[in-house]
Amino acid sequence: MTIVPAPHTTPDLLVIGGGIHGCAAALFAAKRGMSVTVIEKDSVARHASGVNAGGVRRLGRDFAEVPISVRSMQIWHDIPDLLGEDCGFQIAPQIKLAENEEELAGLRKRAEELAMLGFEHEVVLDRHRVRELLPAVADHVVGGLACLDDGFAQPFWTTTAFRRKAEQLGAVFVEGTRAERLLREAGNWVVTTLTDSYRAPKVLISCGAWSGILAAQLDEPVPVQAIAPLMLVTSRLPAFCNAVVGATGRPLSFKQMPNGTVVIGGGRRGIAEPASNRSEILFSQLRLTADTAISLFPIMAGATIIRAWSGIEGCMPDEIPVIGASRKHEGIFYSFGYSAHGFQLGPAVGELMAELAATGSTQTDLSKFSIDRFHSNQCQ
Amino acid sequence: MTQLKDVVIIGAGPAGMACAVEAASKGLSTVVLDENPQPGGQIYRAIESATENRLRVLGQDYARGRELASEFRQANGVDYRPGSTVWNIGPDRLVEFSRDGKSSAIRAGHLVVATGAIERPCPLPGWTLPGVTTAGALQILLKTSGITYEGAVLTGSGPLLWLLAAQMVDAGSPPKAIVETVPRERLFRTLPELIAALGAREYLLKGMSMIRKVKRSGVRIHLGAEDIAIEGSGAVSAIRFRSKGTEHRIATDTVALHQGVVPNQQVTRLLGCRHFWDDNQKCFRPELSEDRETSCAHVYVAGDGGGIEGAKSAEMQGRLVGLAIAEKEGRGTGPRITELRLALKREARVRPFLEKLYTPSRQILHPDDATVICRCEEVTAGSVRETVAQGAPGPNQVKSFLRTGMGPCQGRICGLVVTSVISESSGKSPDDVDYYRIRPPLKPLPLAELADYSADMPDSRDPA
Repeated sequence: MTIVPAPHTTPDLLVIGGGIHGCAAALFAAKRGMSVTVIEKDSVARHASGVNAGGVRRLGRDFAEVPISVRSMQIWHDIPDLLGEDCGFQIAPQIKLAENEEELAGLRKRAEELAMLGFEHEVVLDRHRVRELLPAVADHVVGGLACLDDGFAQPFWTTTAFRRKAEQLGAVFVEGTRAERLLREAGNWVVTTLTDSYRAPKVLISCGAWSGILAAQLDEPVPVQAIAPLMLVTSRLPAFCNAVVGATGRPLSFKQMPNGTVVIGGGRRGIAEPASNRSEILFSQLRLTADTAISLFPIMAGATIIRAWSGIEGCMPDEIPVIGASRKHEGIFYSFGYSAHGFQLGPAVGELMAELAATGSTQTDLSKFSIDRFHSNQCQ
Repeated sequence: MTQLKDVVIIGAGPAGMACAVEAASKGLSTVVLDENPQPGGQIYRAIESATENRLRVLGQDYARGRELASEFRQANGVDYRPGSTVWNIGPDRLVEFSRDGKSSAIRAGHLVVATGAIERPCPLPGWTLPGVTTAGALQILLKTSGITYEGAVLTGSGPLLWLLAAQMVDAGSPPKAIVETVPRERLFRTLPELIAALGAREYLLKGMSMIRKVKRSGVRIHLGAEDIAIEGSGAVSAIRFRSKGTEHRIATDTVALHQGVVPNQQVTRLLGCRHFWDDNQKCFRPELSEDRETSCAHVYVAGDGGGIEGAKSAEMQGRLVGLAIAEKEGRGTGPRITELRLALKREARVRPFLEKLYTPSRQILHPDDATVICRCEEVTAGSVRETVAQGAPGPNQVKSFLRTGMGPCQGRICGLVVTSVISESSGKSPDDVDYYRIRPPLKPLPLAELADYSADMPDSRDPA
């Protein structure tokens, strides 16, 4: 491969990956006055950011993520002001159902622990209250845990709206351009693609399941695995549910859209083929999703599946992302591995990455998300 | 354990039946999955139950389907499963299908897609009104129950329009009018193709005699019609158009649209087979080898799903694919493959003429801004153009913005139109614009049926 001298001016920040994390970081960096270029190997929002189920959820997050998720929710509530588009964002309860007393006790314990840390957004629902919120829920459900002002949005719309706003503030997006190699050269990072090269003092690697390839080149290998979360959507049903519903003991994400269709996902996986951008739907897995949905909402026994789909996402062994600066290289930053729950975090992490790239540090503690956390045992 | 079969054929039209006959005759375990209760596909629909009178009305070309259907019925070793709807092809050709409200799966050593053609959707003002149907749909009624509509107006272009009109004449309820959209100068422009088609002149003679029959019966015929609009509030009341510089309005409660047929791409798209744009047929076709294998190994297309060539070719292609698979499996097939290839070439000689003469009208390929092109989600051509102007590069992004192709039809109806509208607005070729990524299930599937589905359970209906 020959390195063609870059025709571009050198931006302050080069973002690799046009998902919600790359686009949000580009926007917040541009708001800080940085010049930004985003390169995307396919098209913006092509993978997990464009095709996820759209849940905007603080509920049930790993405690490490809670402060960022809470900050992100504030941004979500102001998203029309930030982006000039509402992105289909609607406030709605997020509810995690308990199907037996043991599950409910676990949820209660979690809410108490969160409260001790100073977070009051998760509230326990008893048998009666859960039916006020979800009249169609199955009889065996004993209660739940809820964030009453979480919500959902249109993922493709949101991600592309971040891009449009970033572009308005001067960010440059180059699609169909895949970062092949990162090299250090005279105080800059040079990112080469098949036809071109890009140069910047700071580089954010936010390309989801494909991030591991670049991290490994930088001698910071991470066990990020490509996964293909499965989702399906049904034909329209009469309105019966205005919350986004999950379960405690089995994977589920369940939501009736404003147009009456029901989107069901939440944990079952197909086969991801990141090299070819393809993912295979496994109906043997979706069968379990269908079974869960019907047992929690008996009305679903009359529903018809119109479409099933999947998107390729990066998943970490501990199912929390890698967020922060490289431990080995100046000017390299990471934001990936959201393990199928990164959509809601996008705005706040974008803000954090811009802060980090601009100032070199963040007010928020990111140590739990460090890229070298998987190697600490071997080092000691 | 999931069953493994040497050959799984989707569709029991001429291509599927012929393929099954040949594959089974070479000792290959062969399954045919078909949605209909009887073999025949669309072209020979209800062929086994047609009465003598109906056979007379529908004509010789229809009646000859009886021989093939009976050959198919008598073939040893064909496991024919009517009433089966294939809703997904999983990894390694795991064919997942629904029958009698239960889903099961068969793994195919070789998969033959014989799902044929669909009528090209005809988006024009008023086409979503109740009372608007298609020529194909009227013909299905005629084939399955002998029903014809009194006073229907047939509009568009293509051989089926005239065939249906002739059949309606023979059935004793001729259409009220035929409004043909072929531009008047086009026949002269197709002279070279017409001359080449003389090698298959039986088709030309048949076509001429059909048209003569319709004309003699006194049906009103308007040629070179443009700017067609269907009127009505709540249901069709009239059709308006311009012909030879004059505005016309015909009162009717039934309008049948037709602009030819196009390959049904759903299965080959789902599988990720490579396709190309055929500018003569104005549609996408899967790339096929000489043996009609797609870019996905062990997946074949027989019949009009690979490009429109008609029922006789479909049958020969089916035989060719059945033999080609047998050959690959080490069964001797003799010289028949070569003979079939030659016969297919002869049979194809009439196609360039028909394709050029019956190129769909501009109004259909590039609808007005106000015309709805996605019926399921009620999206107009204008909205698609706006979205392209805002930067959506292809059908999948338009789909993400506007929900085109996300309804129950899975994009079957709007897919080609969305591609051609984007192509026109962006100046990119249809190949570069490409098509929707097709997601399963191919047909709507009850959630409760999926909840009961186990891909690993043997199919209880089969003794094997």
